Amino acid sequence: MGAHGPAKGLTRWLTTTNHKDIGSMYLWFSFAMFLLGGSFAMIIRAELFQPGLQIVEPEFFNQMTTMHGLVMVFGAIMPAFVGLANWMIPMMIGAPDMALPRMNNWSFWILPPTFLLLASTLFMEGGGPNFGWTFYAPLSTTYAPPSVTFFIFAVHAMGISSIMGSINIIATVVNMRAPGMTYMKMPMFVWTWLITAFLLVAVMPVLAGAVTMMLMDIHFGTSFFSAAGGGDPVLFQHVFWFFGHPEVYIIILPAFGVVSEVIPTFSRKPLFGYASMVYATASIAFLSFIVWAHHMYTVGLPIAGELFFMYATMLIAVPTAAKVFNWITTMFKGSITLETPMLFAIAKVFLFTVGGFSGLMLAIAPADFQYHDSYFVVAHFHYTMVAGAIFALSSAVYYWLPKWTGKMYNETMGKVHFWVSFIGFNLTFFPQHFVGLAGMPRRIPDYNLMFADFNMMSSIGAFIYGSSQLLFLFNIVRTITHGKPVNDDKVWDGATTLEWTVPSPAPYHTFSTPPEVK
Amino acid sequence: MYQQAKRLYKLALCPVLMLLSLLSTGAWATEGNPQRWQTNMTPGVTEVGAKIYDLHMFVFWVCVVVGIIVFGVMFYSVFAYRKERHEEPATFHENTKLEIAWTVVPFLLLIVMAVPATSTLIEIYDTDDAELDVLITGYQWKWKYEYINPEGDNVSFFSNLLTDKAEIGNNEAKGSNYLIEVDEPLVIPVDTKVRFLVTANDVLHAWWVPALAVKRDAIPGFINEAWTKPTETGVYRGQCAELCGRDHGFMPIVVNVVEEPEYKAWMATKQAEAAEIKKLMAQTFSMDELVERGKGIYNRSCMACHGANGEGGVGKPIANSPIATGEVTAHIDVLVNGVPGSAMQAFGGQLNDVDLAAVVTYTRNAFGNNMGDKVQPIDVYNFKKGQ
Repeated sequence: MGAHGPAKGLTRWLTTTNHKDIGSMYLWFSFAMFLLGGSFAMIIRAELFQPGLQIVEPEFFNQMTTMHGLVMVFGAIMPAFVGLANWMIPMMIGAPDMALPRMNNWSFWILPPTFLLLASTLFMEGGGPNFGWTFYAPLSTTYAPPSVTFFIFAVHAMGISSIMGSINIIATVVNMRAPGMTYMKMPMFVWTWLITAFLLVAVMPVLAGAVTMMLMDIHFGTSFFSAAGGGDPVLFQHVFWFFGHPEVYIIILPAFGVVSEVIPTFSRKPLFGYASMVYATASIAFLSFIVWAHHMYTVGLPIAGELFFMYATMLIAVPTAAKVFNWITTMFKGSITLETPMLFAIAKVFLFTVGGFSGLMLAIAPADFQYHDSYFVVAHFHYTMVAGAIFALSSAVYYWLPKWTGKMYNETMGKVHFWVSFIGFNLTFFPQHFVGLAGMPRRIPDYNLMFADFNMMSSIGAFIYGSSQLLFLFNIVRTITHGKPVNDDKVWDGATTLEWTVPSPAPYHTFSTPPEVK
Repeated sequence: MYQQAKRLYKLALCPVLMLLSLLSTGAWATEGNPQRWQTNMTPGVTEVGAKIYDLHMFVFWVCVVVGIIVFGVMFYSVFAYRKERHEEPATFHENTKLEIAWTVVPFLLLIVMAVPATSTLIEIYDTDDAELDVLITGYQWKWKYEYINPEGDNVSFFSNLLTDKAEIGNNEAKGSNYLIEVDEPLVIPVDTKVRFLVTANDVLHAWWVPALAVKRDAIPGFINEAWTKPTETGVYRGQCAELCGRDHGFMPIVVNVVEEPEYKAWMATKQAEAAEIKKLMAQTFSMDELVERGKGIYNRSCMACHGANGEGGVGKPIANSPIATGEVTAHIDVLVNGVPGSAMQAFGGQLNDVDLAAVVTYTRNAFGNNMGDKVQPIDVYNFKKGQ
């Protein structure tokens, strides 16, 4: 076996090439970013609690909306799923570690300095990025604060980290599956991550291209995004969304994977339509490349383009609906228990579907002329990002925490966390559909009195949702320090994947000898 | 556990019920203003707006029906197949016919939605045969409207936020049109197809009036087209919809839709005003006249950044500034061309020569600057011509 334990002290974490150590670091880092991005959201909701300017100036408000988006997307959700991939993919396919362990270390350690750099822009003269997380030119170029150069550098670094992480995942899944683990026997989580990794490798360089063009426009006198020099501000949007749309599937596909593990376990019944799940995931990934301009219905696309992007976008509903039907049919005639991971998974399916419905509405180009850039859009994407991705992440943490620590979390506290999150989330984001339809634009620090009631509800909901995450943190820490050791290595009686065949807590090295998969 | 499932079931249904309440509580903006507790889109006052609204409601109801079926099965499963009631799970895990069915049925539903969506979109794109053209230019943070007149001079003006700073700062009670009121609204005639040519001067903006069913991005260097044909007179309000910097939330849009005769009368006044300015351009003014006019312009266009007493803020201080107490030509240059790379805009195209001359004179003689010199419209005209 050649088993040896981890090094001692800080060097263990700095130099580790162990997928479990790196996975843990990714998860802790992303949780820290989740709290940071969340505190930005709290500032936004506090300012919007009432009409009038109370707490922050509009300039700082714009920095908060921008940083909230950037930190949540690039700092919280993406690294959290990479953390899960690191921990779980080798154990789920019966591999001893990731294929490229040193690169794995590096792709993590790029992140903390990168986000330190990004956060430090808030203290620079002229303030941090204030042009929205989508950083449309020329607000982000000619009119940007000087700190934009640091922002560009940070985006480059995140991109490098993501690309290395994805190459590692592809190399691991393709080369290191245990004997007998054919592609069509892989757990869904592994499948969704494999497809996600290909998306990342394809689109992160496009984002790098976009920020490089910005850098050239700002410092080297080019005019990619300036009509005065022969460029076009809309070019920025095309390039950005060619990255940005696949990006939202990069976030949601691993979440689909988590749910596809949790629901069968707690339904004690195999995942319904495994093959169709794989094909649906692949179709969604393919379609994600040809729908980017639905974010740009109002920029003045020619009608043929508008129609193409509308039809292609509507088409995404088909594979997505198939996935939802599969999850529900998995539960149908199962033998269901509702532990915390299952509660989060069911809520994710339910609320993500609500987000899918508003997504379908947004796909309808003529109607989008009324929805576009209103709070309706804000409501829509938080239903997919928070309920779709963060709920799935919460589910994953509760599901695998006993495997990681060998100890059981407090079920009551977990359920309280779930219900408070569920209520807080809906109270925050459901009323935003209403104000959006009534005409409230997004990204404004102040609003007409008629929007006041729903905005106050939204803010109260946000404070509830935000504080429930502290309970989540407490429960995790408490499990690690005081949790009751699990009785059975398998933990969940309905679990079937390979990670449940190793002891709990999982030893530092697992599957040094590959298991036989039949 | 059973109790918890019951709670899950009830609570999870809440958003669905809230969704269903959309219609029952669906007060909408017949006057173009958002209403308190408004939960739905306005059908607006145009035919296209009504079609968009119908499309929106159609897709919404399809989603509601699909939602009831899908969530119904889901919550039924969670409810009926709990371990304590259903100890032995079934083992089935695929059914080709079922899977084909739930691929084909959504596809057909999508086609049913795509048909009206396509025809409405084609209508929105048909900007031909407009009876009136208005060029809309987004500026940080105001709108400029220019009526394109094939036989003669264009009429143009800026439309600024009217709401008092004291209301925004919570020092005064907020009015019902808080943040959606302007000093000079766009005026268009009712039952007339109006084409908007939308562009921007600096960054991206988006011109959005829900009741007119128009939202178009304003892009510097490019011109977008949109159109509307309101069927009811009234005052319709909207806001900039694309993040455009600090005061993105403070550049509202107000459109006054009036009867044709009223529009004609208004247009005649605007043309007379323009003719008056033209006449004024050739005049020489006294110091008092310039200072008085300049003060008004300053308070409207400069004060937000440079302060009520020229003490500065976002902009540099004007009191004792090297520019306002320096050479006159350099001072005019800053106003006409702005300061590239800073928040100081080029006002050469935003203010007429009379106003530019007045505001230069005012700032040279206010806030303790006491330069004692004056600038006449002809000086500004010559400066512009000489560049």
